Amino acid sequence: MTIPHLLVHNPKDNVGVVVVEGLKAGTEMFCVITETNADFRLVTHADIPIGHKVALADLAPGDTAIKYGEDIGKIVASVREGDHVHTHNLKTKRW
Amino acid sequence: MTDPKMTGWRRENGRVGVRNHVVILPLDDLSNTACEAVANNVKGTLAIPHAYGRLQFGADLDLHFRTLIGAGSNPNIAAVIVIGIEPQWTGRVVDGIRKTGKPVEGFWIEQHGDINTIASASRKAKELVQWASELPREPIKVGDLWISTKCGESDTTTGLASCPTVGNMYDKWIPQGIYGVFGETSEITGGEHLCKARAATPEIAEKWYRMWQAYQTDVIEAHKTDDLSDSQPTKGNIEGGLTTIEEKALGNLEKMGHNSKFLDALDPAAAPAKGPGLYYMDTSSAAAECVTLMAAAGYVIHTFPTGQGNVIGNPIVPVIKITGNPRTVRTMSEHVDLDVSGILRREMTIDQAGDALITMIGRTANGRLTAAEALGHREFVMTKLYRSA
Repeated sequence: MTIPHLLVHNPKDNVGVVVVEGLKAGTEMFCVITETNADFRLVTHADIPIGHKVALADLAPGDTAIKYGEDIGKIVASVREGDHVHTHNLKTKRW
Repeated sequence: MTDPKMTGWRRENGRVGVRNHVVILPLDDLSNTACEAVANNVKGTLAIPHAYGRLQFGADLDLHFRTLIGAGSNPNIAAVIVIGIEPQWTGRVVDGIRKTGKPVEGFWIEQHGDINTIASASRKAKELVQWASELPREPIKVGDLWISTKCGESDTTTGLASCPTVGNMYDKWIPQGIYGVFGETSEITGGEHLCKARAATPEIAEKWYRMWQAYQTDVIEAHKTDDLSDSQPTKGNIEGGLTTIEEKALGNLEKMGHNSKFLDALDPAAAPAKGPGLYYMDTSSAAAECVTLMAAAGYVIHTFPTGQGNVIGNPIVPVIKITGNPRTVRTMSEHVDLDVSGILRREMTIDQAGDALITMIGRTANGRLTAAEALGHREFVMTKLYRSA
């Protein structure tokens, strides 16, 4: 079986998690949705560390980031598909 | 898979332990020095120093006593020496532990001084440790175990791999009669609707929700200066890729598994009283505080998923570290008991990882030292609710 670069919990998610070390910008990632075993390809635009998130779609400020099929916070800066999603463009809605 | 064959010690009250410690337990901060001196004199005993025990009052004092009495009563402990500055509160802890039927004796320092107290307590400790050393292990069954869980230095791999591994173990073993517990009240924020839905009855759901809301109101809203972004998620969480408390909570809750409802929402350090099954405990999300409270409630093995590599241990309870992060496996292998990074490579299923954890719990029950035990991690940290008088 091909080792995935990116795992996605749920088909509704708009972010996935990099699960390999040393991922380089421009890599065509092999991505797997763990709940359904469905797979797809996605090109990343940045070097992204293991464990960090990648956008699966273009997202605008005010959009909700979805992971585990659930709300994990609000997008606060424009994000393109394949971009790194972290504290610079995603904030909690709680505190 | 077939369940591992396990042995342990069945204590006077019928509870089963997987360690056979003789503990020298201080009532208060002032008595740590004497306790450590006794443990130094008498080989095979274990002092458990901690920071508090003076001028506490109200619910904070109740929690102090519940934690010390509960810790001393834990079935991983064969016998206890309690040392305090004065006889009355020392006696209260001794009397509480004595209800288990295990040997326990108290000593106090006022009107004796450290040196005479250490001499008297050391003589008794030598007698107890020699007695305990001849207590035999006997066969135990899965349903004799009380297994707690709390994760630490989480990252996105804990939600993908190590937390679901614990959840799978609970799904397999709770039907066999174990007691489970999870907690970390602040860290449920963002997943409270999912947690509330897993309470066994609407009454327990409401009790749990009041507990969670009280933490929001009385702790977080009352004390925060701007927001909690500097503390929750932690710097380690953020380094590991977790961005928000909601994301962290959803990974955390994977430890519950899929099948169990929780039978009660316990106060900190309170023993579960509604029979075998899964419980929730109102705890801080700080690792050492949480594991100490669960040990005080009577849990004998702790399963600890970590992403970035939390190194915590506990003096009473073996803490099994599980990680799915291959970088942590590579850079911190001495802290890892179970590597489930194969889940990220799709080489291992959650079901296989759950079986591997069950095997590791069996080996740990049978005496294998955990990484934290071998490295001497003994973080015993009392939870303090407010300032002392």
